[in-house]
Amino acid sequence: MKPFTKLTAIAAPLPLMNVDTDMIIPKQFLRTIKRTGLGQSLFNDMRYDESGKPKADFVLNRAPYDHAEILVAGENFGCGSSREHAPWALLDFGFRCVIAPSYADIFYNNCFKNGILPVILKQEQVDAVMEDAQAGLDVTVDLPAQIVRSGNREFKFDMDPFRKRCLINGLDDIGLTLEKAGTITEYENRIGAERSWV
Amino acid sequence: MAKPRTLYEKIWDDHIVHRAEDGTCLIYIDRHLVHEVTSPQAFEGLRMAGRKVRSPERTLATADHNVPTANRAHGIADPESRLQVQTLSENCKEFCVTLYGMDDKRQGIVHIIGPEQGFTQPGMTIVCGDSHTSTHGAFGALAFGIGTSEVEHVLATQTLIMKPAKTMRITVNGALQDGVTAKDMILAIIGKIGTAGGTGYVIEYAGDAVRGLSMAGRMTMCNMSIEAGARAGLIAPDETTFAYLKGRPFAPKGADWDKAVAYWKTLQSDAGAAYDKDVVLNAADIAPTVTWGTSPEDVVPITGIVPDPKDAADANKRAAMERALEYMGLTPGTKMTDIPVDVVFIGSCTNARIEDLREVARVAEGKKVAANVRAMVVPGSGLVKEQAEAEGIATTLIAAGFEWREPGCSMCLGMNEDQLKPGQRCASTSNRNFEGRQGRGGRTHLLSPAMAAAAAIAGKLSDVRDFTKGAKSDAA
Repeated sequence: MKPFTKLTAIAAPLPLMNVDTDMIIPKQFLRTIKRTGLGQSLFNDMRYDESGKPKADFVLNRAPYDHAEILVAGENFGCGSSREHAPWALLDFGFRCVIAPSYADIFYNNCFKNGILPVILKQEQVDAVMEDAQAGLDVTVDLPAQIVRSGNREFKFDMDPFRKRCLINGLDDIGLTLEKAGTITEYENRIGAERSWV
Repeated sequence: MAKPRTLYEKIWDDHIVHRAEDGTCLIYIDRHLVHEVTSPQAFEGLRMAGRKVRSPERTLATADHNVPTANRAHGIADPESRLQVQTLSENCKEFCVTLYGMDDKRQGIVHIIGPEQGFTQPGMTIVCGDSHTSTHGAFGALAFGIGTSEVEHVLATQTLIMKPAKTMRITVNGALQDGVTAKDMILAIIGKIGTAGGTGYVIEYAGDAVRGLSMAGRMTMCNMSIEAGARAGLIAPDETTFAYLKGRPFAPKGADWDKAVAYWKTLQSDAGAAYDKDVVLNAADIAPTVTWGTSPEDVVPITGIVPDPKDAADANKRAAMERALEYMGLTPGTKMTDIPVDVVFIGSCTNARIEDLREVARVAEGKKVAANVRAMVVPGSGLVKEQAEAEGIATTLIAAGFEWREPGCSMCLGMNEDQLKPGQRCASTSNRNFEGRQGRGGRTHLLSPAMAAAAAIAGKLSDVRDFTKGAKSDAA
């Protein structure tokens, strides 16, 4: 996993609430057996018309947002299915960070597994970043300092320390857990005795 | 005396393998369900790292999202879907995981077959790369959806790295009215707390109306917990649960059964246990419920009208309502019972169990599907299909003009060829009415199986109580 530390980039504004994972990556793209190549299908139904032609009014089809690395969106971003294809598509397009007032739990979790930082700011702070994004200004996200800089404003954000450490160092969860293989076996032996039917 | 604990806390405590100083826990996973869409990259990850599946016996796979629900004699036509299902089959073989493939009568929607086989049991932790894993919470199991990276983590380690969730209790007091089912109850709950109301929580459903539900009804409720934002829903196990499980293929046998039941009986929230949030509803206030918009929180009683964005609480909400109405092609003030439908879809992990199909047959018996409607019935598993055929349900439905199909996820998400065309309006027993969910430009109204059957007959959204006066609902 690619580490995430500090990012200064174009932020694409998507001022919608309840952006669901079917919007982020519709079902027809879930037939893949790979993690890569989904960027071109990100937001497919909003981004292309039925003949597959890019819609000029959709944000990611316009400069400078066609090379945005930060996405700014409304509350409950990523609701719906557990498909990790959603963060894979965001990452493949070039997004490394999402800024929103809230996220659906599974999507939020999935971001961290892919080196994407989901930042939670208050609604009025998101509105401020959204304005700067709409003006095409760069936004800076500093994970070690837990700060978003947008225009001349700074917003502090909360972050779970374990998740922060994994993102900054690009740590692989499975490798970390396998270091505890002995503890897992002990648990299995104990529970196997107590709850033999499980 | 020990601090009173909620059901969630009891299950959580029983599965802690390791707790770090910052409260991050390594949680043991008892059961892992696998399907073709969210697993190929996980198996590939194992292969690349030279890892094995730690506990194949705790893992069960089936193909459901991509499989055809029409004639299967010629396999899967779409090359990508075919490759994905083949890949599952090869991965299961290589990693020694049991698979119910397309030619197995135990094949079906992953959240239907887990309970049906008795693989799902109270007090377990159960995961699947699918958000509707919350379904299994109906047994008093802690069950939730995970992404593919976590699927790989569970395959490799049989654990997950997690922090405890907050707890919410939703109590529905009293008895449901005639014609009102578990589906209406959960839609009403989502309408009340909102689609993000349960974010960060595990919801425990309680109260007489919940206690009175069959296992099918309980599964319908827990299934849609994710539509309220909660990764997991829970209902404490009781005699209804034990009676359902007894004798199922994976259920404990002999002395193990008695031991298991004794443990399962401890899986109740203690008196005085504290929840982070409490929500109370009266069953008598719940009518047959339908959605009008593109979020599962956009609900209205069937006796109601399409709402007006002018009445929205704030500008963001108003914008969302306007967008939803435009997408749905609806005008504020329209009576819900004046909305014609083109397609009726009966199926999905929410409502494709035998009890659901009995409800549909009860409403449809001796009647005909309206001329303007295509009505599909997709049983949840090969075994549900077989049972429905044995009970005469299939005959009744076919005679009424319904399509009787093979098991799978089908038009709930339209990954196979079962999709709405742009502009088509569907009365659907599934769980999501998102834009494009059932097909690009398709318009979805979520409702109960009985209500879907009524819509099929009338050719428009209808109040099932006008069809079945006095009859008591089976799924409730």
